[in-house]
Amino acid sequence: MDIFLQQLINGLVLGSIYALVALGYTMVYGILELINFAHGEVTMIGAMVALSVIGLLLGAMPELPGILVVLAGVLVAIPACMLLGYAIEKIAYRPLRKAPRLAPLITAIGVSIILQNVAMLVWGRQYVSFPRILPEGRHEIWGAHITDLQIFIVVLSLSVMASLWLLVQRTRLGRAMRATAQSKEVAALMGVNVDKVISATFLIGSAIAAIAGVMVSAYYGLAHYYMGFLLGLKAFSAAVLGGIGNIAGAMLGGMLLGMIEALGAGYIGDLTGGFLGSHYQDVFAFFVLILVLVFRPSGLLGERVASRA
Amino acid sequence: MPKWLRLPPPVAFLLLAITLILLPFLTGATLGNSWVRVLDFVLLYVMLALGLNIVVGYAGLLDLGYVAFYAIGAYLYAWLASPHFGLHLPFWAILPLGALLAGFFGVLLGAPTLRLRGDYLAIVTLGFGEIIRIFMNNLNAPFNLTNGPQGINLIDPVALGPLIFKGNHHLFGFKLTAPYLYYYLFLAFTLATIVIAMRLQNSRIGRAWAALREDEVAAAAMGVNTRNVKLLAFAMGATFGGLAGGLFASFQGFISPESFNLWESILILCMIVLGGMGHIPGVILGAVMLTVLPEALRYLGDWQRAALGHVVVDPNDLRMLIFGLALVLMMIYRPAGLIPSRQRRREFAAEDGVAEQEQADLYDAKV
Amino acid sequence: MGFGRRNTLILSLILAGALSGCGKKAETDSDITVIKIGSVSPLTGPQAHIGKDNENGARLAVDEIHAQGLTLGGKKIKLELLGEDDQADPKTATIVAQKLVDQGVQAVIGHLNSGTTIPASKYYHDAGIPQISPSATAIAYTAQGYKTAYRVMANDEQQGRALGQFAVGKMGAKRIAVVDDRTAYGQGLADEFEKAAKAAGGTIVAREFTNDRATDFAAILTSIKGKSPDLLFFGGMDPQGGPMAQQMKRLGLNAKLLGGDGLQNINFIKLAGTDAEGVTASSPGLPLEAMPGGPAFKTRFEAKYGAIQVYAPYAYDAVQVLVAAMKKADSADPAAVLAVLPQTDHQGVSGQLRFDAKGDTQGGAVTVYQVKNGAWAVLETVK
Repeated sequence: MDIFLQQLINGLVLGSIYALVALGYTMVYGILELINFAHGEVTMIGAMVALSVIGLLLGAMPELPGILVVLAGVLVAIPACMLLGYAIEKIAYRPLRKAPRLAPLITAIGVSIILQNVAMLVWGRQYVSFPRILPEGRHEIWGAHITDLQIFIVVLSLSVMASLWLLVQRTRLGRAMRATAQSKEVAALMGVNVDKVISATFLIGSAIAAIAGVMVSAYYGLAHYYMGFLLGLKAFSAAVLGGIGNIAGAMLGGMLLGMIEALGAGYIGDLTGGFLGSHYQDVFAFFVLILVLVFRPSGLLGERVASRA
Repeated sequence: MPKWLRLPPPVAFLLLAITLILLPFLTGATLGNSWVRVLDFVLLYVMLALGLNIVVGYAGLLDLGYVAFYAIGAYLYAWLASPHFGLHLPFWAILPLGALLAGFFGVLLGAPTLRLRGDYLAIVTLGFGEIIRIFMNNLNAPFNLTNGPQGINLIDPVALGPLIFKGNHHLFGFKLTAPYLYYYLFLAFTLATIVIAMRLQNSRIGRAWAALREDEVAAAAMGVNTRNVKLLAFAMGATFGGLAGGLFASFQGFISPESFNLWESILILCMIVLGGMGHIPGVILGAVMLTVLPEALRYLGDWQRAALGHVVVDPNDLRMLIFGLALVLMMIYRPAGLIPSRQRRREFAAEDGVAEQEQADLYDAKV
Repeated sequence: MGFGRRNTLILSLILAGALSGCGKKAETDSDITVIKIGSVSPLTGPQAHIGKDNENGARLAVDEIHAQGLTLGGKKIKLELLGEDDQADPKTATIVAQKLVDQGVQAVIGHLNSGTTIPASKYYHDAGIPQISPSATAIAYTAQGYKTAYRVMANDEQQGRALGQFAVGKMGAKRIAVVDDRTAYGQGLADEFEKAAKAAGGTIVAREFTNDRATDFAAILTSIKGKSPDLLFFGGMDPQGGPMAQQMKRLGLNAKLLGGDGLQNINFIKLAGTDAEGVTASSPGLPLEAMPGGPAFKTRFEAKYGAIQVYAPYAYDAVQVLVAAMKKADSADPAAVLAVLPQTDHQGVSGQLRFDAKGDTQGGAVTVYQVKNGAWAVLETVK
């Protein structure tokens, strides 16, 4: 029982991380119908920038409390990523808004490769370690372990989701976003500045990516120029699973994917006599994704039809 | 091209044929035999790029898992012609089998994704490519099918009757080593691929693919069986991938899952995007450029070492950066590729509201 | 279609350039014969620093041999080392191998990785030239039946066996969990460890897998915790090993962590932080300080190239054992060298070098280290 509970906690934390990144994907997709492949890389840049700041601060003021140092890292990473996201949209996506669908998708892959390689030149090829400066409160519930950081990650992703939902549903900007998502032309006719709305979407999405990047890096204790790609891929799968463009869907999809991976790796191996063990962890994730897309192309909570996507 | 350079077709054709036949000898004599190997890889990638071009360029289906078919062809060759299972079938028996098996997997991938378009299709094909790679990497237990991450070694070289493609052979006073022999074999397959790709483009099916790419709903309305046409695109593309995979396995003699990762798919995609999607000369140019470029960049490293004693800018680091930049810049400034087809240039030009109108139609399309 | 004509023009230009280049080649002294030796390792990419280290090790040996003077068959010999970059990529490795064969090398020192050494070995075998790898440890390399393939470092089988025996015999492990990263290295080492641990009387209670890009091991570690092992063996590298050590603590999994040379480096300690304490890992060969010629080699090497990364002593030894064979044969002819290599016995920097029938080193040593106070400390050397 304690093992099962632990696997649920593992899935929950992993799922929250996926959800945090998936929220950024879903926002951009909801409005532009574009897979921003580079979103994972923005997450990575967030982690790298924060780590540089943390390294500098620790060197200059080693007696500063850990939480403050990490917070400072986050506060620098957020504007850095927002700037990056804004630039990516302006340079790589905006000129292609009217081009065939294949074009922006290919630029997105290109931007992703560029960011990875620039990060590699700046921060090196080695894995960068995240200093152990956050307090590590460990709790035990019925034999399962959970740390303060893990609880914080779960709470954080839930609150980011809630604030995004409020933003989209209850504010002027949110209304403009929804209008733009419905139809750029009609929104423009109604007095919405579509370019500004899209820029705002990228700014918000990148800010969330920065927070996600620092959290991932702090949780696993490292950062690497390649970390964003796989994370982005999983998060995108999560967003599709939940119904892309839907904020609650991103959360649900992330949680579900986290659970599938944890329970799949934890139990399917024993159930199949070791034939389909943890070496197929990623296969479970992709397989569920394909199944969902085939039988419910709009995702679990999505309302859009597949051909639009 | 200036007018004085334009030659009558038979002369140009003859010149081209002579160049292609002499190319490995000229290359071997000037740049060394290792460049003949590079030539072989160029031909291999031309085949792969032309195969993917059928799916992406002709039918407009973005496939990010193309390398899976390459892997299937390569592994089938390794199973049937290596000590792994103790089977040593001749290459002419295995290659069609590999192509068929890959084609079958193409349909297998195509069937469930018929309703998906664009981005969703991209992500599903990417997932499919990863699934195949992960299976190849892990199927060494419970039954040792692929030998897992260790890969399969000592794969038989191609043998044409008594002519085995290894060691040295002498023909009319010329010394022919394995890379030369493979060059002519690959050249034959590449030319066949080019002919088939050209014939396909101008056929009934080719026009159906174009219609599908432009507007699926209109294509269906005009009586195109979109399901069959899509499946055929996947199957045809996969077949060429499988064929190239088999050739790769015999040429390399050793295969392991790390040769079939996602970046290989993206590299092949880059080739067709760079050269000109849907346009055969463009695709060939793209494949040639992206295969030769890293080899040429290698000398950049050597020169730096020779001149400065150490490598300041790692050409290997630059390579991917250049690829990424090329993808973005091409899409923004020359979206139809370096050598675009006339039709494609029209499609990609976002002017006069035509493209806009087409785009709007596409968004409204419902299946 | 002017393509053919233009292309021929360019090619003839290249041809002319190459011919004029030939004329400039420096004439060597008639009584000195130049023997070319290839050295291949990744000189670009993530392992560039380790690759350069290998090349420097070989270069030091070549320079020292030159300083001492080498005479074979009554002729003065000058060794020339051709350093090549295989980018740690199997496809590139075969192109480089072909290039070296074309350039007429008499022997090759390399490659660095098993994944490149194996495909390249086919080309050296076909050309009949000896290949001595300083650092490729995969069993498959010498199991191909090539009479040209040699290595100077203990292979994965030897290391896995030493680790398996050490785990059960010295660490007292009874219930053992094995994890590997599904790379050729990780899987090979883990399989050999499993065999040896079972043979020594240990029980394998769990076999789990991850990959070389993963960072989250919570699911497999929890599953392993359910089987309550007292030792966890990880076949893989430090980027996974570091977080794994952390996550074991976080989940309250109190098994000892044991690994191979993929963990035995400074980066592992950085990544695992305080959780690295007490982790045990092995490395083939002796620690540099304990090598018979280690300290002296260190001084000579560092005077020229700076700090030793990892395998430089082995690359140095590979050249030395090759030259020892040349001296024995009194010829640099590849066939003659290959004929005497199996009987060559050379006192190298890393230890006594003798080859077995397959081309592996006989009695390759494996040293076990443990993290103590944030640094790797030698526990024991297993012969």
